[in-house]
Amino acid sequence: MAGLELLSDQGYRVDGRRAGELRKIQARMGVFAQADGSAYIEQGNTKALAVVYGPHEIRGSRARALPDRALVNCQYSSATFSTGERKRRPHGDRKSCEMGLQLRQTFEAAILTQLHPRSQIDIYVQVLQADGGTYAACVNAATLAVLDAGVPMRDFVCACSAGFVDSTALADLSHVEEAAGGPQLALALLPASGQIALLEMDARLHEDHLESVLEAAARAARDVHTLLDRVVRQHVREASVLLGD
Amino acid sequence: MLKSKTFLKKTRAGGVMKIVREHYLRDDIGCGAPGCAACDGAHEGPVLEPQPLDPASSLCPRPHYLLPDTNVLLHQIDVLEDPAIRNVIVLQTVLQEVRNRSAPVYKRIRDVTNNQEKHFYTFTNEHHRETYVEQEQGENANDRNDRAIRVAAKWYNEHLKKISAENHLQVIFITNDKKNKEKAIEEGIPAFTCEEYVKSLTANPELIDRLACLSEEGNEIESGRIIFSEHLPLSKLQQGIKSGTYLQGTFRASRENYLEATVWVHGDTEDDKEIILQGLKNLNRAVHEDIVAVELLPKNQWVAPSSVVLHDEGQNEDDVEKEEERERILKTAANEKMLKPTGRVVGIIKRNWRPYCGMLSKSDIKESRRHLFTPADRRIPRIRIETRQASALEGRRIIVAIDGWPRNSRYPNGHFVKNLGDVGDKETETEVLLLEHDVPHQPFSQAVLSFLPKMPWSITEKDMKNREDLRHLCVCSVDPPGCTDIDDALHCRELENGNLEVGVHIADVSHFIRPGNALDQESARRGTTVYLCEKRIDMVPELLSSNLCSLRCNVDRLAFSCIWEMNHNAEILKVRFTKSAINSKASLTYAEAQMRIDSAAMNDEITTSLRGLNKLAKILKKRRIEKGALTLSSPEVRFHMDSETHDPIDLQTKELRETNSMVEEFMLLANISVAKKIHEEFSEHALLRKHPAPPPSNYEILVKAAKSKNLEIKTDTAKSLADSLDRADSPTFPYLNTLLRILATRCMMQAVYFCSGMDNDFHHYGLASPIYTHFTSPIRRYADIIVHRLLAVAIGADCTYPELTDKHKLADLCKNLNFRHKMAQYAQRASVAFHTQLFFKSKGIVSEEAYILFVRKNAIVVLIPKYGLEGTVFFEEKDKPKPRLIYDDEIPSLKIEDTVFHIFDKVKVKIMLDSSNLQHQKIRMSLVEPQIPGISISADTPNMDIDEPERKKKKREK
Repeated sequence: MAGLELLSDQGYRVDGRRAGELRKIQARMGVFAQADGSAYIEQGNTKALAVVYGPHEIRGSRARALPDRALVNCQYSSATFSTGERKRRPHGDRKSCEMGLQLRQTFEAAILTQLHPRSQIDIYVQVLQADGGTYAACVNAATLAVLDAGVPMRDFVCACSAGFVDSTALADLSHVEEAAGGPQLALALLPASGQIALLEMDARLHEDHLESVLEAAARAARDVHTLLDRVVRQHVREASVLLGD
Repeated sequence: MLKSKTFLKKTRAGGVMKIVREHYLRDDIGCGAPGCAACDGAHEGPVLEPQPLDPASSLCPRPHYLLPDTNVLLHQIDVLEDPAIRNVIVLQTVLQEVRNRSAPVYKRIRDVTNNQEKHFYTFTNEHHRETYVEQEQGENANDRNDRAIRVAAKWYNEHLKKISAENHLQVIFITNDKKNKEKAIEEGIPAFTCEEYVKSLTANPELIDRLACLSEEGNEIESGRIIFSEHLPLSKLQQGIKSGTYLQGTFRASRENYLEATVWVHGDTEDDKEIILQGLKNLNRAVHEDIVAVELLPKNQWVAPSSVVLHDEGQNEDDVEKEEERERILKTAANEKMLKPTGRVVGIIKRNWRPYCGMLSKSDIKESRRHLFTPADRRIPRIRIETRQASALEGRRIIVAIDGWPRNSRYPNGHFVKNLGDVGDKETETEVLLLEHDVPHQPFSQAVLSFLPKMPWSITEKDMKNREDLRHLCVCSVDPPGCTDIDDALHCRELENGNLEVGVHIADVSHFIRPGNALDQESARRGTTVYLCEKRIDMVPELLSSNLCSLRCNVDRLAFSCIWEMNHNAEILKVRFTKSAINSKASLTYAEAQMRIDSAAMNDEITTSLRGLNKLAKILKKRRIEKGALTLSSPEVRFHMDSETHDPIDLQTKELRETNSMVEEFMLLANISVAKKIHEEFSEHALLRKHPAPPPSNYEILVKAAKSKNLEIKTDTAKSLADSLDRADSPTFPYLNTLLRILATRCMMQAVYFCSGMDNDFHHYGLASPIYTHFTSPIRRYADIIVHRLLAVAIGADCTYPELTDKHKLADLCKNLNFRHKMAQYAQRASVAFHTQLFFKSKGIVSEEAYILFVRKNAIVVLIPKYGLEGTVFFEEKDKPKPRLIYDDEIPSLKIEDTVFHIFDKVKVKIMLDSSNLQHQKIRMSLVEPQIPGISISADTPNMDIDEPERKKKKREK
């Protein structure tokens, strides 16, 4: 039997999207009352929850405190029930640690850390269901959570993945498309300035194609921004209705 | 715009796993019909015709589109490919099912879809909001798909009503499944079976023959007698193979005996094993090249390979008993010692059926519509086809495809695909030999042609980027007469410092063929241009091969130049490569160039340039031969064609002039220089050509043959072989040296392309060069295009692309190129053989002198120098008493009665055309001198009837 056809001659992907289209995104802010900020996002079947504490005093060893800016601490975990087969270890494995570091890099670039020297900001992200593009979902959820916590940022950080199939760049890969083994690129963008907070790819892709894939990922990240912006405005409107008269 | 729907799927991946996938339904998928306001602007690609008028069908006179289901597509693709069938809607459901079930059909349907004249539209129904169907409880996948197809057909009919209420466009559902059809009609969808529809096309009666005969009724009528045992299902076969009860292998039918075949078992541990299958029932409907599972029979049923030649002559279904009798004859002939593992086919793992060329054997009953088809390849069984145009197809070469082989049928069932033309007709025979050698020769598709440059073409500013202007140089080309694809040109001039500048300019084909596009893919698939006797099958479209890339004189052309600075001793001081633009001053033939060099009166720039080149070439050649390059010989012939009829009127062996070797010498030099350069730059993925040294055992025949003439041939190195060949001369027998060289050629290995990262032996034995590649003929060889691209990247004149630096992709490409080159060679030889036949047909019976090339146990192989023709004379024939034959392996010689034949002996043979078998005409030759009673024939038997069954001693062309 032939393998899956990722992109049909008519230009449709396995799940019916066109090359540049995102999956359906739904998000909510302020899902938990105890935390300083929290958010929940669904990108297709990928579902992630982010919680933010801080800025607050350094917990644990005081030596970790930075004199000129806040420490961003990120922890990533994915639920044991997030994939088709039950996972053994929800966090602390190599992949989770790496993801945590990437998230930290991303948010150190976006949060105005110099406003809170000698303090700490904790971002905890958990993936409830994984269907491709977990990094992107985590970043998007964390952005909303950080906004919800009222931590000052340069801009939204919007992330999206992109792949390359049959000389066409595909935006926002699903699990099936990721599993097919082509190159995959993850991009976190500050949409207003167009600055890149993080760009990561660990497969071989010819230099000539990099530009088109990058372009597809950036366009998708801007689309994500539009949606997140709408979610934030909606949330603020609701909150002000509750607060105000 | 997006509606999301999630559904669950279970798959088997070791265990059961739950898979959740999203499935988006869209409302922006167009219906493909032009002028549809509802889906305006949504259609892309090929679109259906607004008013499909033809083909006129008596069943549905209104304009309509067709909507076939999966089985129709799978089995009746030959019908759908016919130009008469247009405006077909292919559903995504159907396409996916086809893709999972048959890759070749999928490829064909994609080709058809891409052909804009066919107006095929692929409708993505699975993602359309209104045509998506969810699997219901208790419904299997097949039923769901059938329902999805019906829903789509219904949607189409309602949708089309909206746009054109007055002219009533219809969509007709084509299915061969009875239940499906009934359900469709119940739901109000006009539905027909493929057969009904095709028969209703009154304007195109010939389509009926292309229908694959799968109708169930047909099978019912046939006598229910079951001949073959059932094939086991695939799952059982796999179990059996795992446990070792069955063996998997490739089925190879015997050419000689239709009741016998062998199966090559590819074992992991032991070497390839051969299993014999004998008898119709044990062969159990396997066809040549199928992958089958066999079961070994107990040892007491093992048989020996029979030496009997049996051809299937039967016409009737009922002579199965006779068949069994024949099988018994085979078995009694067995000899205890020669018994080999014997088995029977229990199941087919993979069919490798392709369309077969052959001829129709018309049924004896005049009105019968069922006829047997005899393929040209003897290993393929005869195929039963149904046709009404039998009398029109008689004596024609036709193509037939197999549809199936039911258990109760002696022959497989098939259907007529194409009529190639009359037997013996030059065009038809050429087509047959191209098909049989798998040479792609269809005209270039629209997609390929779309990548050609637009005419009128001229060199632009952009083209001159990274390119040197060498138009001022006095460049000329030297080629055989009538050559239109000139891919090389040369120049030579004296520099101010007294040295010589020599340039080889090769057509810059890679400028026009950009990596990865359809044109590139097609050229890579073809691999090489095939030169037949009167025809050329181009690798690239004619606009490129004979015009834009051809370095014709007095026009500006793009080239890839290799320029050396040499001293007068032909030592290379400097070499550089550059893309360039040139303007050839003259296109000469070898003879013209030779004349210019020789005539003292001419002293123009071109002539001086040629003289300089010739001088250098001589030095280069001498140096090359000193290094041990071989000069080999093969009898090459050229036909003189009649300019009107293109029939061969005379043949002659090729003549070699100094200028031939002059051009050759510089081409070799360029190839070697380029090989060095690209290997230096890309040590892992340079495309090179190697010629391995033959194993010493290959030379045995040559050494023995020379010994019989008291000559010694040394074969330890190429150099000693070349030297001893030069010394091997006999004053009384001037042709001996050529004969020895012909023999030496037979000992050689094939030269092959390879990727430098996949191999470490680069040596080219025949040219005595440590490294070699092909650079000089990009118009006719794809390998050269790749080498051009590599070199262009190496000198920074062009950009690279991923496939170029992927050594596995390159190795795959080399494999295809080697295969195509081999097939092209075979096709060329077959073409020469066919033209030799034509020549002797017109010439009648002739007697010629010949030399013995090989001596076999029961035959001699002779070569006729005048025609470069080679053939075997058998001294044993059935229906005749065997002569006394004594074979001596050492000398080698063959004694027949009292006459002894040695290798290189001169004999006289009679040549004639044997057309007793219309499908396999051959040249036959018979011995005239020396005379052996009962064996040889007299030189002047004028009225020998060549169709006479009692033939005299003949010689058969290989």
